[in-house]
Amino acid sequence: MILQVKDLITRFYSVDGVVYALNGVNFALNAGETLAVVGESGSGKSVTMMSLLGLIPQPPGKIEGGQAFLFENDKPQDLLKLSERQVRRVRGGQIGFIFQDPISSLNPTMTIGKQIAESMIEHLSLSQSDARKRTVDLLKEVGIADADRRFDSYPHEFSGGMRQRVMIAIAVACQPRIVIADEPTTALDVTVQAQIIELIQRLQKQLGIAVIWITHDLAVVASMADRVLVMYGGTVVEDALVEDLFDNPQHPYTIGLLKAIPGATGLGEERLESIEGSPPDLLRELTSCPFAPRCQFVFDQCWAKLPPLISVTKHHRAACFYDVENEIPRKEVEHG
Amino acid sequence: MQRYLISRVIQSIFLLGGVLVVVFFMIRLTGDPASLMVSRNASEEMREAFREKMGFNRPLYVQFSDYLYGVLQGDFGNSLHFKQPAREIILERLPATFQLATIALLGAVIIAVPIGIIGGSNPGSFVDSLGRALGLLGQTIPNFWLALILILVFAVNLRWFPTFGRDSYLSVVLPAIALGLGSMGQLVRLTRSAVLEIRNDDYIRTAKSKGISQLKIGLRHIARNTSLVLISVIGVIYSYLLGGSIYIEIIFSWPGLGSLLEQAIKSRDFPLVMGITITFSFFVIFINLLTDIAYAFIDPRIRYGG
Ligand SMILES: Nc1ncnc2c1ncn2[C@@H]1O[C@H](COP(=O)(O)OP(=O)(O)O)[C@@H](O)[C@H]1O
Ligand code: SF4
Ligand SMILES: [Mg+2]
Repeated sequence: MILQVKDLITRFYSVDGVVYALNGVNFALNAGETLAVVGESGSGKSVTMMSLLGLIPQPPGKIEGGQAFLFENDKPQDLLKLSERQVRRVRGGQIGFIFQDPISSLNPTMTIGKQIAESMIEHLSLSQSDARKRTVDLLKEVGIADADRRFDSYPHEFSGGMRQRVMIAIAVACQPRIVIADEPTTALDVTVQAQIIELIQRLQKQLGIAVIWITHDLAVVASMADRVLVMYGGTVVEDALVEDLFDNPQHPYTIGLLKAIPGATGLGEERLESIEGSPPDLLRELTSCPFAPRCQFVFDQCWAKLPPLISVTKHHRAACFYDVENEIPRKEVEHG
Repeated sequence: MQRYLISRVIQSIFLLGGVLVVVFFMIRLTGDPASLMVSRNASEEMREAFREKMGFNRPLYVQFSDYLYGVLQGDFGNSLHFKQPAREIILERLPATFQLATIALLGAVIIAVPIGIIGGSNPGSFVDSLGRALGLLGQTIPNFWLALILILVFAVNLRWFPTFGRDSYLSVVLPAIALGLGSMGQLVRLTRSAVLEIRNDDYIRTAKSKGISQLKIGLRHIARNTSLVLISVIGVIYSYLLGGSIYIEIIFSWPGLGSLLEQAIKSRDFPLVMGITITFSFFVIFINLLTDIAYAFIDPRIRYGG
């Protein structure tokens, strides 16, 4: 285990009122694995990952509780308690980030080479010329032809796919242990998506990085993830190995998600939003199961409190009071 | 970029040509420019003599090509009132106007930009409140009223500065404040909102995610993108200050083009009025051209674009 997040609570104090974006998020990440995070938009996927590194805008955002342990030689270090200086060493150094929109995520007035080299100079204390050399190598590595000349190009001279390659280069520039990819292909052409996925997977193997992969695309999840987190209403509702999730989903929301895919193999274009009902209102604090208004199995206990993640098997947890398979309430053995 | 620059230069030339046409024909709209320039109670003989002397009896296109030819050589004709070439008078007054507008601009930029940047980077802080107050103040106080208050307090009562004229280096202070305060307010607000917006841009988040320090993000990522916004506005403000100096020059008897224009209008000195108008227009168009060129040099999207 290299990362363990416990009861993460993040809120936004917006003009419309308090947005209860994260309501106790729990998960862990193992070295080298690919952890997919799925859930409809607004379920808190991005906010979770950005909270870990203090990347949410503060204000209006505020991290109000929880811990996020990053393990270094089995020594835990709570990311949420680090000073600004210390957290900067983790950003880019230990954890790299790939954002969704490669067009707006690069500075339009700085050459792409400088944007990559900048983080090497920061973390690895390289000289300008060494950083340039390494950046050119890295550009070649991520598949940018004529890298030496392209170092001095500006983002607008690149296509969306090429810019995402640059973003990937930025994320892995300092050989982090974890890369968080927040819907890295959503903004791209379908034809480019597969190349980007392949590239990230290749770099992951090569550098031995653990990847947290936020996606809408269950086909991608099926093909590349080791483990899956399903998020709903700012909580993790299911946490399972990928084959367990597809073969034996435990949470009614997950079951609905998988049913929404034609052929149930995830080859369709269907989006996750196709479950009946609307997502929870995050302007109210959660006091019951967030899925209750949409759930066909709902019973009185569901309204009484927020269900914790309950172990189903050793590597499988679901935040649901009901055992759908056996049609009985679940025995509540909480695993933090 | 070369193509962009050439097209901007050509545009500017056309614009200036347009100004010339408008200025020239405006005073001929009535059909008889002499009626505008000669006093009401002059006799018909005097008018006719005046028309003859000014060449108003010739066909319009001859007059225009004549005038155009003169202007291209920097010749605006003779001032009716001063009885000497309008160009000489204008050149004599030009430095005072530039001095006033430039000092007003520099003062506004030097005060407004840092406050706007610090305020925008720390919304809700003391500097931010100060900046917002200044912004409001600058944009709501009418500058002629401010000019009178400044004269009353700092020149008449405290006697720190002269009340009018341009006799000592202190003379410029009050008119520059009166002229520049509004622009300063505008610049504070603009800088603040530009910084506020840019610091929430996705690429700033990317920079943060790389572990770059706040200071370096400010200097490398925010500053350059903010300056793009500011440069175009500063160009507009400068030309506004050059033209807007008219009231201020009159109130402070500042011997620049603005007060000259007032005099020229009062004495129906049309060759001089036309010369001043064209001179102002020339500088406004020129400054805007320079602004666009500077912008193009900073913004790579233009620099390497078509
Ligand atoms: N800056 C912000 N201000 C207010 N609310 C926000 C902000 N950022 C995110 N949120 C809210 O937090 C919730 C989770 O958002 P997010 O994590 O981006 O969802 P997603 O799962 O689609 O990535 C959403 O309801 C969103 O409206
Ligand atoms: S806890 Fe209750 S309402 Fe929530 S998903 Fe399970 S059965 Fe449905
Ligand atoms: Mg998101």
